[in-house]
Amino acid sequence: MSSIRSLTKKRLFLPIFSMLLVMLINVIYDVACGNPPLGFFVITIKNAVLYGRLIDVLNRGSEIAILAIGMTLVVSSSAGTDISVGSVMSLYAGVCCMTLAGFGEVNVSQYANPLLLGIGAGLLVTCICGLFNGFLVAYMNIQPMVATLILWSAGRAIGLLLCNSQIVYVRVPSFQKLGAYTGFMPTPIIVAAICIAIAAVILRFTALGTYIQSVGINKKASRIAGFNSAKIILLCYVICGLCAGLAGMVATSRIYSADTNNIGLNMELDAILAVALGGNSLGGGKFNLAGSIIGAYTIQAITTTLYSMGVSSAQAPVFKAVVVIIIVVIQAEPVKEYFKKVSSKRAAVKEATKA
Amino acid sequence: MNKKMIAALGCGALAASMMTMTAMAGEDVITVGYAQVGHESDWRTANTQNYQDVFSAENGFDLQLVDCDNDNAAQLEAVRNFISQQLDYIIIAPIQSAGWDTVLQEAQDAGIPVIIADREIEADASLYDAWVGTNTTNEGITAGNWLAETLDGAEANILTIEGSVGASATLGRTDGFAQVAADHSEWTLLDSQSGDFTQAGGQEVMESFIKSYEGQFNVVICQNDNEAYGAMDAMDAAGITYGVDGDVILISFDATHDGLQYTLDGKINCNVECNPIQAETVKGVIEKMQAGEEFETTTLVEDQAFVAPGITSEYATTMTDEVLAGRAY
Repeated sequence: MSSIRSLTKKRLFLPIFSMLLVMLINVIYDVACGNPPLGFFVITIKNAVLYGRLIDVLNRGSEIAILAIGMTLVVSSSAGTDISVGSVMSLYAGVCCMTLAGFGEVNVSQYANPLLLGIGAGLLVTCICGLFNGFLVAYMNIQPMVATLILWSAGRAIGLLLCNSQIVYVRVPSFQKLGAYTGFMPTPIIVAAICIAIAAVILRFTALGTYIQSVGINKKASRIAGFNSAKIILLCYVICGLCAGLAGMVATSRIYSADTNNIGLNMELDAILAVALGGNSLGGGKFNLAGSIIGAYTIQAITTTLYSMGVSSAQAPVFKAVVVIIIVVIQAEPVKEYFKKVSSKRAAVKEATKA
Repeated sequence: MNKKMIAALGCGALAASMMTMTAMAGEDVITVGYAQVGHESDWRTANTQNYQDVFSAENGFDLQLVDCDNDNAAQLEAVRNFISQQLDYIIIAPIQSAGWDTVLQEAQDAGIPVIIADREIEADASLYDAWVGTNTTNEGITAGNWLAETLDGAEANILTIEGSVGASATLGRTDGFAQVAADHSEWTLLDSQSGDFTQAGGQEVMESFIKSYEGQFNVVICQNDNEAYGAMDAMDAAGITYGVDGDVILISFDATHDGLQYTLDGKINCNVECNPIQAETVKGVIEKMQAGEEFETTTLVEDQAFVAPGITSEYATTMTDEVLAGRAY
């Protein structure tokens, strides 16, 4: 009993609990339909690659997970959100595919420029986008949502310009690899894992994480304490831009084309939601990266669950909304307080009866 | 820096094109405004190009084409602009089907004939003068008829990857196919999910279908070509064969150039066209209006269907290299 109580006090308890709750829906559904109850969790190898719903969640959730890394840092340091990430993903697609195909081409089966140049150019541009956002927020003191609104609308438009408003296909196997499979493993899972690992190592073994939280909690005090607050905020936005580029890289390679109209569409909202589901305050300050990542995969788990249950596409948004409301309410302060009160009362009663 | 340059170039190009427009608008030139949906697909680009070719200066027209970028408010604004400029004719490809009454009334009060193109509109027929477009329900029926002809009474377990929720093409294609399916008790509609008309959407939905209905389906219908590419990716990854030589019959809509290439390669069994070449028909209506003759208030632009080599059908053309080379887009 006491071990359960100490478990519920862990910071990651609620995000993990929420994710399990979503997956539990599948178990209940499968039992109700007479399917094997753990069908959702079965992972097999089919056609020489990993196969299963859980793999789908990990695979399709890669983009949101990568975005969630950058978004967590931005939220923590600047107490605001970067709403340009979806648009910047699309800009990556435009820059990368245009470089690889050559301007004006819409369908190529060999590179006009080396693959690394295309990816490099794309990531460079997305870092510049981050720099632009960061400059406006950190040095011009513009509110984050307003500052990033510029690229939210312009990023996609520039991507479209670069692609002549068309879908540019790069049908080369090595380009598709990043969105397909490496051995038996879906490459997006590997990319996301590497990004998460690098972020975790940097935040764990350097003081950057502490700096970011300190700036987020009190910008002025941090400056007086000797941190260059503006520079730290700028850095967070650049990292966020880079993450958007990496997410764009995965999304682009999946469909081996620059579908600039649709890549990353509305994904900024998923990224923000992931941060919130991870138990982070959107008011900045302390952050919990692992929570955000779990939040990201929870969002994808909801989507995959809706598919597996065959919820009609017209009703899906309503189901999604209901699940999100439940998760957010579970994590809300008043609800937490209530449960704390109930459990302490119960403990008091127990003490009393013992005595 | 680059962004600024592109923006400056864009503004320059816009100004230049506006100047040429005014310069060209002479006495006997017919001025036409076209409020286009946007540039969301190859299909739309082909449609825009077609209008630019047909309503050219050589043909005696001055076309003002506004790309509304899928923004309903921008489109209403564009039409109001056309009205205030007193253009001779207004063509609208409505982004949303509802909410047009006021602006159509304004056009009518200004005495400017309005032609609704491509998509359906929910407004009283007295508020606009003519409608030219394709009928997506017919496309669904064509797909159904072809499937019935091919299966010839055999069982079908059908999965549908729908387009965007609520889009007229989604509703029409679903409805048309359902009409045919209602006559075939041997067909089962296993499931349908939205793939949002995108390749990524098609991939994700198909991935899930494969797991939910493993070994249970033999027909996949994608409501546009991009979704079909995604479905093919997902089936490739799971080792499921499709097309002429495969286990699964793949039906697609749109018949874009790439889509027809896949049809020619035998990967898509049947591809039903949604014809973007509509400007000639609109021009015919405008010329009749100009001459004061009787004109058709609704004109259907003809759609075709294409089937992979080795299939012959009374509903569709069999693909060859010549057919592909002869396509206008």
